[in-house]
Amino acid sequence: MDAIILQTLNGLDKGSAYALIALGLTLIFGTLGVVNFAHGALFMIGAFCAVTLQRILSLSHEVIDESRKDFLGNPLKVDIPYMHEWLGPDLGQAVINWSVPLAILFSIPIMIAVGYAMERGLIKHFYKRPHADQILVTFGLAIVLQEIIKYFFGANPIPTPAPPAFNGSFDFGVLIGADPFTIMYPYWRLVYFAFAMILIAAVFAFLQFTTFGMVVRAGMADRETVGLLGINIDKRFTVMFAIAACVAGLAGVMYTPINSPNYHMGMDFLVLSFVVVVVGGMGSLPGAVLAGFLLGILESFASMAEVIDIIPGINQIIIYLVAIVILLTRPRGLMGRKGVMEE
Amino acid sequence: MGILEVKGVGKRFGGLQALGNVNLSVEENTVHAIIGPNGAGKSTLLNCLVGKLIPDTGSVMFDGQSVLGRKPHEINQMGISRVFQTPEIFGDLTVMENMLIPCFAKRDGAFRMHAFEQVFHEKELIEKAEQMLDDVNMLDKRNMHSASMSRGDKRRLEMAMCLVQEPKLLLLDEPTAGMARADTNNTIDLLKEIKQKRDITMCIIEHDMHVVFSLAERITVLAQGTPLVEDTPENIKGNPKVQEAYLGESQH
Amino acid sequence: MTDQTQNPSVAAKPARATKTAAPSRGIFGLNAKDTTLLIIVAILTMLAPFILNPFPEGSDLAQFNAGYPDLMQRFVIFGIFAIGFNILFGLTGYLSFGHAAFLGVGSYAAIWMMKLLTLNVIPAIIMSIVFAGLFALFVGFISLRRSGIYFSILTLAFAQMSYALAYSVLTPITGGETGLQLKSTDSPLLSNLAPGEIGRANLFGIDMRTSYELAVGDWLFTFNAGYYIAALVMLIGFYVSIRIFRSPFGMMLRAVKSNQQRMNYTGLNSKPYTLAAFVISGMYAGLAGGLMVAMDTQVGPERMFWTASGEVVLMAILGGVGTLIGPVLGAGLIKYMENIISKINSTILHDWFAFLPDGLEDAVVFILYPFIGKGWHLTLGIVFMLVVIFLPGGLVEGGQRIARLFRRKKSDDAAKTPAE
Repeated sequence: MDAIILQTLNGLDKGSAYALIALGLTLIFGTLGVVNFAHGALFMIGAFCAVTLQRILSLSHEVIDESRKDFLGNPLKVDIPYMHEWLGPDLGQAVINWSVPLAILFSIPIMIAVGYAMERGLIKHFYKRPHADQILVTFGLAIVLQEIIKYFFGANPIPTPAPPAFNGSFDFGVLIGADPFTIMYPYWRLVYFAFAMILIAAVFAFLQFTTFGMVVRAGMADRETVGLLGINIDKRFTVMFAIAACVAGLAGVMYTPINSPNYHMGMDFLVLSFVVVVVGGMGSLPGAVLAGFLLGILESFASMAEVIDIIPGINQIIIYLVAIVILLTRPRGLMGRKGVMEE
Repeated sequence: MGILEVKGVGKRFGGLQALGNVNLSVEENTVHAIIGPNGAGKSTLLNCLVGKLIPDTGSVMFDGQSVLGRKPHEINQMGISRVFQTPEIFGDLTVMENMLIPCFAKRDGAFRMHAFEQVFHEKELIEKAEQMLDDVNMLDKRNMHSASMSRGDKRRLEMAMCLVQEPKLLLLDEPTAGMARADTNNTIDLLKEIKQKRDITMCIIEHDMHVVFSLAERITVLAQGTPLVEDTPENIKGNPKVQEAYLGESQH
Repeated sequence: MTDQTQNPSVAAKPARATKTAAPSRGIFGLNAKDTTLLIIVAILTMLAPFILNPFPEGSDLAQFNAGYPDLMQRFVIFGIFAIGFNILFGLTGYLSFGHAAFLGVGSYAAIWMMKLLTLNVIPAIIMSIVFAGLFALFVGFISLRRSGIYFSILTLAFAQMSYALAYSVLTPITGGETGLQLKSTDSPLLSNLAPGEIGRANLFGIDMRTSYELAVGDWLFTFNAGYYIAALVMLIGFYVSIRIFRSPFGMMLRAVKSNQQRMNYTGLNSKPYTLAAFVISGMYAGLAGGLMVAMDTQVGPERMFWTASGEVVLMAILGGVGTLIGPVLGAGLIKYMENIISKINSTILHDWFAFLPDGLEDAVVFILYPFIGKGWHLTLGIVFMLVVIFLPGGLVEGGQRIARLFRRKKSDDAAKTPAE
């Protein structure tokens, strides 16, 4: 029982990341009709926004501290972050420690700009080209983006810690009456899950309750008719692309403390997110979220020692296996609409 | 006993009864038209004949064999060819290649692994295809990229592709839909010419009365999924029931 | 357009006199144009050690020489891989994102043959084709029940599963992370090895690593047995692919890409055609995998990773998908870039631009630096994007456009002078 709860919890954070990326992917597909292989790169760019902000905030300069001596008796040189000087050591350090949450604010304008540039600069020209061409050009773009990141940040993962307040784990077991220390769950993962839920809810609320969202949903259902009403759908779809980029970016920002970001994390997540989208049904928003969490949790269960004992290697292949089974039994995925991508 | 015998065919889509008890008999070497207002179930009936849909009830016999449960390519191999409402051709291929594919299908069946033979060695088939292209006055377009042709030419090519297979039954789904008057007349002439030159049974779905009365020898009127009446064109013209159900409103 | 759209039977013949005039039959049952292409490719591959080594040893440009055995082998082996991929994607339009799995299966099959049976590469290569073909039959049978992006995802899922299994559970068969190599403990049934001797791949006694070096002045040319064997196999593979492209079967595959509905209503079953293309292209991939093992006698699971599948997609697109020669060109270009561009470093750049004024030199090097060395993937990504955007027909289309440009100029000139 404990193990089941623990694995469910473990699956939630990965599932959250899948769901957030898949949500953007399927949103772009549903609105623009574009299969975007560069969407994982947006997730990665978000993560590196957090890294960049952390580096900016930690910028420091060398100061000779006369009060302390090194072992030769010379005055000690110490690095003082500018933040400490400007805001005082306590507040300054706090700002540095909280760089990941702060990066949310930092990354939003960047992600919107990147998304906008991507859509206007490249994707726009591929609306009428076959899906294979879209896959190929965005695949190329993904390579370019990841290589640019690699050039600036190197090939190694960059540890980006969460604020110290979230260090440690939450004893979930006590809460539900199990023995203490049986179900431990890191605080940050809890934060990540909550953050993902809020983001998903925000996207759905935006689409559900604003006029803008209504037009976009109508456009997803029937682009031509909405176009005939004299509404400029393209402009709104561009905005949707920026929003999708933003969602992926924020998912990346908050994911950095869970896994140190590296330049190929986008591709790693993209392949799985694509499977998620397809399992959920291309163009279905609830399907993407559902499939994201479902596959995240399934993956987590499959990595239990007890399961691996019975079926060795299942943890490595479970997602693909589920994808194959679902695609063969439900051609349109879990919640896909009829007529999408069935050419 | 006609070459195509449809008995008691019905088809439901959810709550909609698209076809009720349809009976139809198409005699060999005749042109049989199926007419009816929009939503009468003409296209559903056609799709039941070619294997795209499987009717819920009833039987469809072609040449003494049932077509139900067979795949479209199997039904074609039995001798039914279909012309679509919007021309369906191989747009990436040349006109000649478009013609050769049905020739191969006719000779070699639904699948043959002829990966090591060369197309240009098949002189017999090439000649046959050229002959057919000549018949529809398209021989000069043989090397054209078929997607770049006019709609009328595409339609002619599609008919040539069907005819080169020497089908026993040619199904035409609104062959003049969306055509200008002149093009429609050309198509009528083409079909008449085809009929003159060879023994062929045609079944035309159409709602252009001009086309129907120029070509058909027998007409079935379909309304709300059931056949209203089946008769010769002269009798159909005078039939008050048909007038009321269909003709009255379409003659402007 | 691309060369595949011109059917040999109908291309460039006058409308009259066709009914009797048989097309000129070249050797190998190909038409004249294809025979010429095959002969040119054959000559180029045979003379590759010269052509790829145009710069004298020790000169500044010597690092652009690609005429060393290891790289030349990779050119032709990836050429085979890309030719096979092109039979599927180029003809039927089905985009497989999991072709590296077949390459991997072929590799594993080949190394086991060499470990157990004989160090002669022939049985190894045959087994690699057979196993890859069987695996492709299985994967294709399931994946081809869907089309479009669903097909791509299914193939990707199968390949990733193969990779994950080869990496973990199948370790007894695949050697897990470290992969498989020939070891001193192997004792192939038909090969006499001294105790403790590590076997070497051979073809009836010719060691794959045998090289003959020819020094002409400052130039050094290397003729490697392994390369020539691989090149010969590639030529056979290329010839077979020409035959397939020009066959009724190839025409049916293009019909699959063009209009499956019309195909089915024309009495053709598109499923077995597509599956056959899938299996054939899987066999090509297995052949490439087997040859890789024949050359370096080792294999690891990373050969099946999805990036390897992505690479062959890049090769085919870059060269010109659906054309005969394009995939080979694309494979060559990518492998050349991988090996040569990644070797350039900033010192070399500084050397090259030393003729510029100091400030300008630094600026140029600064701009170029991200694109070389470890950044070669960036160059690849940019080139690839440019090709997809501006040259959907790849290098072949680029070549054709240039050729057309020249031809137009010529005909313009001809138009100015009075006709004969």
